[in-house]
Amino acid sequence: MANHTLALRHQFDDVDQQKDASTFGMWLFLATEVLFFGGMFCCYTVYRSLYPAAFGAASNHLSVIWGGVSTAVLICSSYFMACSVNSAASGRKNALITYLVLTILFAATFLVIEMSEWHNLYTEGMMPGFNFTFHEGDFRHVQLFYCMYFSMTGLHASHVTVGIGILTVLLIRAARGVFSPQYHTPVEVSGLYWHFVDLVWIYLFPLYYLVARHVHAG
Amino acid sequence: MSEHIVTKKQYAHVFVILLILTLTTSWAAYFDLGKLNVVVALVIATIKASLVVLFFMHVYWQTKLTKLVVVSGVAWLALLLWLTLTDIVSRGWLPFPGK
Repeated sequence: MANHTLALRHQFDDVDQQKDASTFGMWLFLATEVLFFGGMFCCYTVYRSLYPAAFGAASNHLSVIWGGVSTAVLICSSYFMACSVNSAASGRKNALITYLVLTILFAATFLVIEMSEWHNLYTEGMMPGFNFTFHEGDFRHVQLFYCMYFSMTGLHASHVTVGIGILTVLLIRAARGVFSPQYHTPVEVSGLYWHFVDLVWIYLFPLYYLVARHVHAG
Repeated sequence: MSEHIVTKKQYAHVFVILLILTLTTSWAAYFDLGKLNVVVALVIATIKASLVVLFFMHVYWQTKLTKLVVVSGVAWLALLLWLTLTDIVSRGWLPFPGK
């Protein structure tokens, strides 16, 4: 039980209390993240209610298929993260390492798909500030849609990138045999962050790729 | 007491449901349901989000304090959206000159 005593910091009564405190802290951070992204979702809601036709026209330039595929890829990544937590809690080191590698691979796949989508939009002239050549209908508000699309998916992609960094640190520590059934809080708490990133995408996908497709003028 | 090891089988069930819901929501987007498109997409997204929060993020088995943080995060987001939209939506309801 060397790990057990080593892992317990002196300010806590026992391991359970320490673990609950860590989980609570992570959830507090995630609540601030909800509001961080929430401000942008609020902005989206306001502009979509003001310019539904332009948002519909803009949304039709995004691919439902690739949006769906990246959603599925991110859900796979989230599932492997959940399996990592399960393996860490039951003390299976090799399974933990395998699942962490799978989680990172799927996260990287998500980023590759997203970057190729951004590249397509750039070459089609739909990237405000860099290359925007779309001049049909209410093109100014189409530009607004794409400003928000790139800001929100960009903020999300930066969260994915940070997540890959965190997962890599976990992987190195897992390979060194730091985690045990008594001490695996970092895996669990990082898992919370990772699922949150998935959660944001669960809303970004329908709001940008799906809901506005059939909005017509008027 | 938060120690509860969720089995791989439970995770796999949630995972399959999430994939089916992703397919459903993508498929539904191809039909013109009028205003219902938004409702269908957001209801499915919320079901998916709830599954992730409850089971992948273990909130179902967590302490009451953690559940309170989750609920308050959502409540503050609802306040933000609600108060902003009451302004945006109700503009122009009253015939003030110069509006």
